[in-house]
Amino acid sequence: MAKRTERTGLHPTSLPKARTGIPGLDEVSFGGLPRGRTTIVCGGPGCGKTMLGLEFVVRGAIEFNEPGVVLAFEETVAEMTRNVASLGFDLDDLVRRKKLFMEYVHIEPREIQETGEYDLEGLFIRLQQAVKTVGAKRVMLDTLEALFSGFPNEGILRAEIRRLFRWLKDRNLTTVVTAEKGEGTLTRHGLEEYVSDCVILLDHRINDQVSTRRMRIVKYRGTRHGADEYPFLIDEEGISVLPITSMELKHRVSNQRISSGVPDLDVMLGGKGFYRGSSVMLSGTAGSGKTTLSSTFAEASARRGERCLYIGLEESNLQVARNMKSVGIDLDTWVRKGLLIHEAWRPTQYGVEMHLLRIHKLIAKVKPRTVVIDPVSNLINTTTEREVQSMLTRLIDFLKSAQITFLFTSLTHGGAALEATDEGISSLIDTWILLRDVELNGERNRVLHVLKSRGMAHSNQLREFSLSRRGIQLLQPYIGPAGVLTGTSRLSQEAQERANAVSRQQDIDRKREEIERKRRALQAQIDVLKTEFSAEETGLERDLQEFQKAQEQVQLNRAQMARSRGSDSRAAKTGSTK
Amino acid sequence: MKGKKPKNASTRSKASKASKEAFTLRLYIAGQTPRSLAALSNLKRICSEHFDGDQYRLEVIDLVKHPQLAHEDNILAIPTLVRSLPVPIRKIIGDLSNTDRVLVGLDSDGALRRAK
Repeated sequence: MAKRTERTGLHPTSLPKARTGIPGLDEVSFGGLPRGRTTIVCGGPGCGKTMLGLEFVVRGAIEFNEPGVVLAFEETVAEMTRNVASLGFDLDDLVRRKKLFMEYVHIEPREIQETGEYDLEGLFIRLQQAVKTVGAKRVMLDTLEALFSGFPNEGILRAEIRRLFRWLKDRNLTTVVTAEKGEGTLTRHGLEEYVSDCVILLDHRINDQVSTRRMRIVKYRGTRHGADEYPFLIDEEGISVLPITSMELKHRVSNQRISSGVPDLDVMLGGKGFYRGSSVMLSGTAGSGKTTLSSTFAEASARRGERCLYIGLEESNLQVARNMKSVGIDLDTWVRKGLLIHEAWRPTQYGVEMHLLRIHKLIAKVKPRTVVIDPVSNLINTTTEREVQSMLTRLIDFLKSAQITFLFTSLTHGGAALEATDEGISSLIDTWILLRDVELNGERNRVLHVLKSRGMAHSNQLREFSLSRRGIQLLQPYIGPAGVLTGTSRLSQEAQERANAVSRQQDIDRKREEIERKRRALQAQIDVLKTEFSAEETGLERDLQEFQKAQEQVQLNRAQMARSRGSDSRAAKTGSTK
Repeated sequence: MKGKKPKNASTRSKASKASKEAFTLRLYIAGQTPRSLAALSNLKRICSEHFDGDQYRLEVIDLVKHPQLAHEDNILAIPTLVRSLPVPIRKIIGDLSNTDRVLVGLDSDGALRRAK
């Protein structure tokens, strides 16, 4: 029975939380910091503890209508106000509107002499006064450990700190206490002993001269929380934390298909193009047309009215725009219409986490339907493959969950296996298009190939393509007895075949003439024979007529003779019939 | 018991030599706790033993009644005795049970002797 209630007590919704308003932090903490309790934020110097605490209080006042109190032991109020003014927080205004109370508690050890028993009731009274003034719900103590330098009697101090945390809890104040990281302990003076609800550790490390900030929730009693180290960033908008991966693969999937911008390529991709929300990689060697193909995709997206975010990590946006004009892709028009947001920066400008955060922020601002990054392989120069892989994983994850179609290019170096990407991310990619040069007969020709494309019947053909003023043209594949040919070989083969065809045609024509001639000769012979025949026939008839005439003449002569002899006319008659 | 703050103690020389009230002391307490009462009686004893009556001015501030005053002398510990004149400011925290330390704290720069 007791066990059961305990278990229900662990339910994530049971612990009330106070949202920080810091992008990402609320996600990794599943809702914010424990409400009415104290959270320790610890870390080395310059790790951003003060910023985090201050943002928690200030955002609480601005975004959640929870007034706050800041008790600063290290920085004066003026300094703090100045520090966050660049983030767009006007603390003076908040103080005027009684949303925020800030007080600098100065501790000067040289002024203080101890004699006998004391307590820190003065601090409590000041805090009480501050909380009352603005009706505070949130408190930040920065850095409470400064007390240890001012009050040498550690026994009293520890008892008072314990009392302070209890006091804050009793008043249901959600508190952030910053503390310096200690050697082997989370905080130098072991404050985590007194606060066991939530401890956040911040870290600032430098790898290859590139700084990365990381955050880890060491402990969060009574609730689940992300346990990883999360990179975070402090920039002109304050802190943003990057949840690395969502734990589950539960993205929405779309059956909608979108064009690659090249109709022939769409045909190769099961006839319809990419799936919306899928990730597409174009990999290829230098000069194989990656940027052109990605620009084509971007343009097609803009043409459909879907905003595209194009991030160049190699060439400036002006340069890309100029170069693409030469192949008939006018990016400027779409930029002017606001359908293409073209950003470019150097890969070495930041650490990989900063890149990711910057991309995240851009996406949040631009709200694109498609994102292009050209090329991701440049990031490797700044960091390790592992980190780039992890970054891309997170990015793809994020884009998928937002149903944004993501196309990126990757440069394969000559000599390396074409199908082995540097980033080792093939498992993350839905559609992988390989661009390559085919070298034959002293020339290189561009071919593309759909290496894989999940969920569609894609072409298995290598297709040659050309870049012309009309953009990318896929050429009809030549497949003949000698295999698939490209470029000049294809042209010469085709010419050869045309020549063969012509000569065969000529043969046929010649034969046809021959036949015709023969037919004519035959006809002539027939005519001759007919003539001869009819001549003979005529001769025969003439002979026959002459014979009859001669016969008649004999008869006539015989009759005349009979008449002249005066014999029987009957006898003459009979004789003539014989 | 409750004196007024010497608002016109403008310069150091005036304060330490010309003015009779060379010392301005403020004792911060929070309510009538045993510790506060002990500090007050200890302080009174020390003052009567070591100062002439016109040499100092003593002010007792109860932060429970006037919490806003804690800010003024940046009080954290209770009880705190603040010597605001002569400058520099000195703070003695605790119930003032150790007379020698109180005197050292008040007089570490020889201010008492000069005043006498």
